[in-house]
Formats: sequence, C-alpha cells, structure tokens
Amino acid sequence: MSEEEEDFVESEETQLTDDQKIEIAKWFLLNAPAGEIQYVAKDVRAILKDENLYKKAAEQSFPSYNKSHLICLDFPNRSGDVLITSFSEVDKDEYLDPRTAQVAIVDHVKQVCKEVRPARDEELPSAFIEEYRSAMDAEIMKYVSETYPKGVCSVYCTKGKDVEEPGFDFELVVVISAARHSPQNFCNGSWRSIWNIEFKDEIQSIEVSGKMQVGAHYFEEGNVQLDANHECKDTTLIQSPDDSAFSLVNIIRHHETEYLASLQTSYLKLPDTTFKDLRRKLPVTRTLFPWHNTAQFSLTRDIEKELGIGK
Amino acid sequence: MEAAMGLMRRIPPKHTETALSALLTLLPQHSSDLLSQVDQPLQVLSDMESGKEFILCEYNRDADSYRSPWSNKYHPPLEDAPQPSPELRKLEVEANEVFAIYRDQYYEGGISSVYMWEDENEGFIACFLIKKDGSRTGHGRRGYLQEGAWDAIHVIEVGPEEEGIVHYCLTSTVMLTLTTDNESSGSFNLSGSIRRQMSMKLSVSEGHLCNMGKMIEEMEGKLRNSLDQVYFGKTNEMVCTLRPPTELVQMKLPDS
Repeated sequence: MSEEEEDFVESEETQLTDDQKIEIAKWFLLNAPAGEIQYVAKDVRAILKDENLYKKAAEQSFPSYNKSHLICLDFPNRSGDVLITSFSEVDKDEYLDPRTAQVAIVDHVKQVCKEVRPARDEELPSAFIEEYRSAMDAEIMKYVSETYPKGVCSVYCTKGKDVEEPGFDFELVVVISAARHSPQNFCNGSWRSIWNIEFKDEIQSIEVSGKMQVGAHYFEEGNVQLDANHECKDTTLIQSPDDSAFSLVNIIRHHETEYLASLQTSYLKLPDTTFKDLRRKLPVTRTLFPWHNTAQFSLTRDIEKELGIGK
Repeated sequence: MEAAMGLMRRIPPKHTETALSALLTLLPQHSSDLLSQVDQPLQVLSDMESGKEFILCEYNRDADSYRSPWSNKYHPPLEDAPQPSPELRKLEVEANEVFAIYRDQYYEGGISSVYMWEDENEGFIACFLIKKDGSRTGHGRRGYLQEGAWDAIHVIEVGPEEEGIVHYCLTSTVMLTLTTDNESSGSFNLSGSIRRQMSMKLSVSEGHLCNMGKMIEEMEGKLRNSLDQVYFGKTNEMVCTLRPPTELVQMKLPDS
C-alpha cells in the first residue's frame, strides 16, 4: 500500500470527513479498468448517497481518467473524433484535434464532446512544423488502420511548435489508443502507446522513446486483470518530413510488433514455468496426493522425529 | 451492499485490500457482510511456541487474537477464548500435518493452516488455507516471478453422518497475482480472484480427512486450470483483438 492509500484507510473507526469520502470515491474512480468508469461511478454514487460529494469526486477524477486512458470522443456532428490526452489539452474542457484543426469542447463526466470550434492560430503549429506533423500523421494513420481494428491515433507538437525553419529543436508526440468494450462477453481491454519524438537539430538526429500500456479485464464469475507495460528507446536521422515520417513509423511498428510478441511469449510461458512457481499442476511426485493412505505420513513423521530430522 | 460487491468485481484484484478497507470505512454498518463476502489476501503470524507460521482468518479469530493450529494457543493470549472439542481438535491436528505435506508437494513451499469448529447442526466446518509467495525472493523455485502470490481459502461444511453417508459442501476461493519484469518485455502482471462451490455426498468409511482432501485437491486443480486456460486465456484473447498478431493482418491484406 502506498502512503496515500494508508492515509485514508487508517481512520477506520472515526467519523469520516467529507473530504475523506471524496478521496475514497476518487480512488475507486481512478482505479476503474479501461472502459468501466461509468459502472464504477454508478456504484460509488450508490455508496456515497450524497449527490454533492459524488459530483465533486467525479469532477476531480474523470478528467485524469479520460486523459490517462486516452479515450476517444466523437464530434457531435459525427464528422470525426478527438483523443483526450494531456498533449492535446488546450483548457481543462478543451482538446485540440490537429488533423482537422478543431478544438473539441467536452463534458468529462458524461464522456461526450459537446461542440467543436475551429482552432485559433496560436493553438496550431507553424507551417514548417505542420509539414512534419501532418506527414507523420498520414503515415501513422496508415499503420494504425492496418494494425489496430479499432485504433485511433493523433500526432501533436509538444515543443517548439512556433519554429519556422530548420536550426531548432522540436518535439512531436504520437498517441495510439485502441479500446474494446464488450460487457456482454464480460471482457474489456485497451492498448495505449505514447511515442515521444524529439528532433535534435544540433546532432541532426531524432530520439524516439515509447511507452506502451496494455490492460484487459475478464469478469465472468471472477475478476482477472492483465496490466502490462513496456518502455523503449530508439534513434534515427532527421530527413525530409516524408522520409522522417516513414522511418519513424517503421521504428514504431518494429517496437510494437516486438512488444506484442513478447506479450505472447509471456502468456505461453505461463502454464509450465511462471505459474508453476505458484502452484504445480501435479505434485512433485507426479501422482495425485495419497489421501486414502495418509497413515504412512504419520509413520514417516514418527521416524523423522525419532531421528531428529523433522522440520 | 450490492454496489460494494459491484465495485469489488471491477477494481484490480491486486488492490483488493485497499478497496476493502475503503468500503469498510464508507459502510461501517455493513462491515460484517463485507468481511464475510469479500475475500482478502491472507495474513500470517508466527507461533512463538512451535516456531511455525500460521495463517489468520475470520475462522481462527476471537476479538483481536488468532488461534494457532500448531500450539492451539491464541496470539496474543486471550482468556476464555473458544476451542474446538478435544475430538475435533484431534482431527484438526491430523489435518494440519497431512495438509502441510500436500501443500509442500503441490506448492514446493508456502504456508498452510487448517481450522475446525463445531456448527449448530451436529456437523462441523473446516477451513483449509494456503498462502504461497512464489516470487524470486520468496518460495519461487524457478525464480521467474518478480512478484507472485497465491492465496487459497477452502471452507467445507460437513453435515451430520446419516447411514454412513455425509454431505460435504466446499466453497473455494483463489486469489493470485503474478508479475514478471525484464528489460526486453517490460512489466507483465496478471491478478485475479475466483470463487467456486462443490457439493458431494460421500461415505465416511475412508474418513473425513480423506474425503475433504480429495475434494480440495480436485477443486484446486480445477481453479488453477480455469485461471490458466480460461481467465488468462480471455485476457490474452482481448490483447489479440486489440492488436491482432501480424500473421492475421497479413492474411487479411489481399482483401483490402
């Protein structure tokens, strides 16, 4: 347990303050598995029995949950969608979609996009950066549509968006989010990758660092969850926007494919190696335990006792 | 209460303890329901007299003390605390000894405890507990696991004997979490908790311990198998739905 968790647990016997109740409610909301915060919210609301407290807890948790889960919201007119990420946050309820140069105004708790407005000039990168960003966006869209049946992606400029010519550093971030919710099959899951791409002018190289996070929850007559993540790094040389985008997406494809393969290996290893360290399928004797003949054990025990070799 | 159980089905099993404490603070009026319906990771105490460790649960607790199955004493000491009848205690002692061997053969380590007590209708109840730390630093023989915990709770209601036949009702819960962590594949954690029931009518000619043991062994095998094949399998299936392995993608390409 982290210190924070202990803090709110300690005060078990005493009367809870409203703030403590809100903290507990927030903990539940933030720990909701991918795609399940609305269900958790319903239960939390029923337990709190106080609309005011629930509202406060929800207002404080949904934005961080939505951002960390990289949720995707449809525009009201269905003309596209927007990813909720900390990189695209213009204001706490406003998120930039660089592809359409629009800003979505969202309701975090309802998890809907209420309206869109055109992005203001100062919210968008310079023409020079946009060339790199849109080339990257086009390549990554191609890759994501081939690889993730329900994947969405976006490319943001997070540093140096006003750079107008070569000679300066800047940074792009690629976000890929694929979620699958099938409560009727008692299963939800999400794949999230965030790729930081730093263009270093002085050494003419691009430094790539990726963070991939995969979660799955299966809850038919039980509760079993996968929580896996991995970080990696790579580099390439700065080239034209199109060539850079091409080689960067190759790097991303390579690492993500490798990571998926390593996840598969982890699963393959489970039955006979990893899981065996918890409990074997069969006893060390390779036969079922001789329950009908446990008297032999008392005999061995007596001998062990006599010889003083018992545990 | 329904909402509380709803939350327990969604919160990651590795956070069970925190979630349960949180619910207990929010719903003090439901504390006994919560404690009996939500299984939590087992705790362990050391029996000073025998030098062995024993497992704590609701079934060996009185006030703030817990009875050790080894010395039959409460820790910390407690006046007038309940004890099983001498006859049942005899079976309890035997069960603890045999179950420790069973545990060692399947778990290659770990801690086990068995508690028994009389119930109101001429039968008795037995609770078999196993706790295994399978991590590299614990009892993991093969050293694959950064973190690995297995807690098994088996509660058997044993009915009164009728013409040599006894009705056994077993409720088993397994909670586990396992994490592997290495540079090339990152951190991989699976955690879960499942509970199942099984009832049987058996002849007592082989003895209660033999009957209960066989049921537990069968149940543990089933639980381990369904965690491995079904539950872990389903999460793997989900990963492959999110990002189908390359072979599948290549197969689809000619169509698009």
